[in-house]
Amino acid sequence: MIYLDYNATTPLDAQVLQAMLPCMERTFGNASSIHSAGQHARAAVDRARESVAALIGASPAEIVFTSGGTEANNLALLGLVSAASSSTRRHVIATAIEHHAVLNACQELERRGFDVTYLQARSNGVVDAQDVRRAITSETVLISAMHANNEIGTIQPIEEIGRIAAEADIYFHCDAVQSAGKLRLDVNQLGVDLLSISAHKFYGPKGVGALYVRPGTPLEPLFFGGHHERDRRPGTENVPGIVGIGKAAELARACLDEDTSWIAALRDRFETALVDSIPDARINGNRETRVCNTTNVTFTGAGGEALLIALDLEGIACSTGAACSSGSVEPSHVLTAIGLSDDEARSTLRFSLGRGTAAHEIDRAIEVIPRVVERIRSLSPRSDLSAKDARARTVPVR
Amino acid sequence: MQAPNAIQIENAVGSTAQPHAGCQARIAVAMSGGVDSSTVAAMLYQRGQSIIGLTMQLWNHRRLPQLQGDGAIQHRCCSPDDVYDARRVAEYFGFPFYVVNFEREFEETVIRPFANDYLEGRTPIPCTLCNNHVKFDQLLSTARQIGVDKIATGHYARIRFNPDSGRHELLRACDESKDQSYFLFGLTQEQLSRAEFPLGELTKQEVREIARSLAVPVAEKPESQEICFVPSGNYVRFIEGYFQEQRMPLADEPGDIVSMSGEVLGRHDGLRHYTVGQRRGLGFATGRPTYVVEIDRARNRLIVGEDAALHQTACEVRDVNWIAFASPSESIAARVRIRHRHEAAEAIIEPTSHDTAHVTFREPQRAITPGQAAVFYLGERVLGGGWIR
Repeated sequence: MIYLDYNATTPLDAQVLQAMLPCMERTFGNASSIHSAGQHARAAVDRARESVAALIGASPAEIVFTSGGTEANNLALLGLVSAASSSTRRHVIATAIEHHAVLNACQELERRGFDVTYLQARSNGVVDAQDVRRAITSETVLISAMHANNEIGTIQPIEEIGRIAAEADIYFHCDAVQSAGKLRLDVNQLGVDLLSISAHKFYGPKGVGALYVRPGTPLEPLFFGGHHERDRRPGTENVPGIVGIGKAAELARACLDEDTSWIAALRDRFETALVDSIPDARINGNRETRVCNTTNVTFTGAGGEALLIALDLEGIACSTGAACSSGSVEPSHVLTAIGLSDDEARSTLRFSLGRGTAAHEIDRAIEVIPRVVERIRSLSPRSDLSAKDARARTVPVR
Repeated sequence: MQAPNAIQIENAVGSTAQPHAGCQARIAVAMSGGVDSSTVAAMLYQRGQSIIGLTMQLWNHRRLPQLQGDGAIQHRCCSPDDVYDARRVAEYFGFPFYVVNFEREFEETVIRPFANDYLEGRTPIPCTLCNNHVKFDQLLSTARQIGVDKIATGHYARIRFNPDSGRHELLRACDESKDQSYFLFGLTQEQLSRAEFPLGELTKQEVREIARSLAVPVAEKPESQEICFVPSGNYVRFIEGYFQEQRMPLADEPGDIVSMSGEVLGRHDGLRHYTVGQRRGLGFATGRPTYVVEIDRARNRLIVGEDAALHQTACEVRDVNWIAFASPSESIAARVRIRHRHEAAEAIIEPTSHDTAHVTFREPQRAITPGQAAVFYLGERVLGGGWIR
């Protein structure tokens, strides 16, 4: 299988697995236990916390381990708002292209009586920081913006938004789930108060993530129980998972520069070949401001669902958008937010490369995809009409 | 650092290549999660055919949850449980399986016409609409797009190519009690040429036995007799709920119940609560069995009468699809079925245009209902069929 869906999840790195195995065999203790078995587990958790902190330029005490990106985002939004809002601070700003883990947490805030402003991205898939400034009111308590978009890979101006938030004395959360391991992260440079990451997006295990919490940032827990994670996230530590995210963070930090340059080169070759060989194939999102591994391509006149299945049968794994939204009839909120029609959004695939992608796999994908697109277009009702329609409106990308 | 994990991924994820891939053309199996379609998949797989399981997501179970039957989630339409069952079968045998979403198409071509027909006083057959517009149209189209030529379903009916006429013929199932040919009269030659009904020669009992012998995971699953999106069986509540959800007005006022001669006998509480031939629930007693004879939408009246009044000898049929031959120029003597489970009755079918016909029965038929299908049979063959005006 040619796996081109690294934004959905990555395989576990062999070194991460090796680091985790002893925690399931020998170092099985409860990290809160006083005896030596517990102390060994505690030491492993502490080392992992240091590695995760190092990945994002934070101190270990600022890291809260969670069950993944969704929990980190929910803890950030609901936890901060519960702790910091007041009768005069009941407004939240988020971008319209956030992952559902943020968008649906915002909807929950609306149900709880908060106002949420959703900022549209520009047609290049990037939010204008000045729009954030304009959306701020005297009641704004929190701004949430993602670092790299999961569907189209565009990078948002987090530093600039961070400065705007700091000037206005508003808390700032960043969902960095799709940028960890792909971009250098430094919480001070980015100017964030809260930042979410998830291990399985950078070759760590599923079921573990982390939230960075700047000292002094108020935060109510989502759950109630023991005093784990400095009272911010009760529950016995998931020691193997935490050791896994620690090792994955360590590797991401070490490999980042080298990985990103060759993955970007391979991605660029891949998408250029698609655009060259497939009439009316169009790349979504600003090609200059993207993470290294993602390309999102509209094949007008060919349904995304059929494309995805046909490619899987040819041994190529990709996605029609966020894995968390698959099966939904709604077209991607990200693609419609940047100006695609519903039909165009439904004719779009996301390919995301990673550490395991080989050049010969890309060669094969370049050979197979045009053939599959052509077949599906020829067997789609109204294919002539759609193609003509697309030609009239397609903006040359190169 | 480049590609150290490539092999590892291959091993971890596995390959979708099938043991039999390449030796025959692939066929898609429309899988509902029930025993019939699951058995079709198992049979074809055992025969060594290269198959792909496709389950259609037709309705979002989060919509109108109050209408999805009482309690048990497995009776809901397109419930996660049915998808789970279909997936379980595919996983057990190890063939590729996908869920394809046709919620929009289903709503447009089945649900809305169903609701509108009902409001117009007709009694619609959603299964036929679904076969014509979704299963053998959208699903077949998707199947072809993903590289397969044919689609197999769990229908009880048979398809046979007649070399003399050069046409694909539709035949009744061998098991009369399970025959579903009535719902398939709308299939075109193109659709029939790309369809397979492997259960057409089998009885339900045999299908269960095959399912057991092949250890199909859903072999013991009970059968559902209801329309898939109205699992509670209560059409009226579904339609009311649907119109409410769509914020569409339900112009449906109480009116008079009148006799054949126009005498007012009582009041009805909205015409959508009634179907032609219905006896119960009229809300008054005449001393003799009384039935709904006609729904007079224009005057908002319910016309009732005795059983004899329900019997008619002729009807007009529209949108006729001819299967066994191109549209005939002369009258044909055949048997006509006017509803599922109706015993096909002798009649003369007189074509009035390429897709309309006048049907005259030899004996009067009870409750010929607008909106139902009239399907023409000659022996085991379905000659064609259309919709009763």
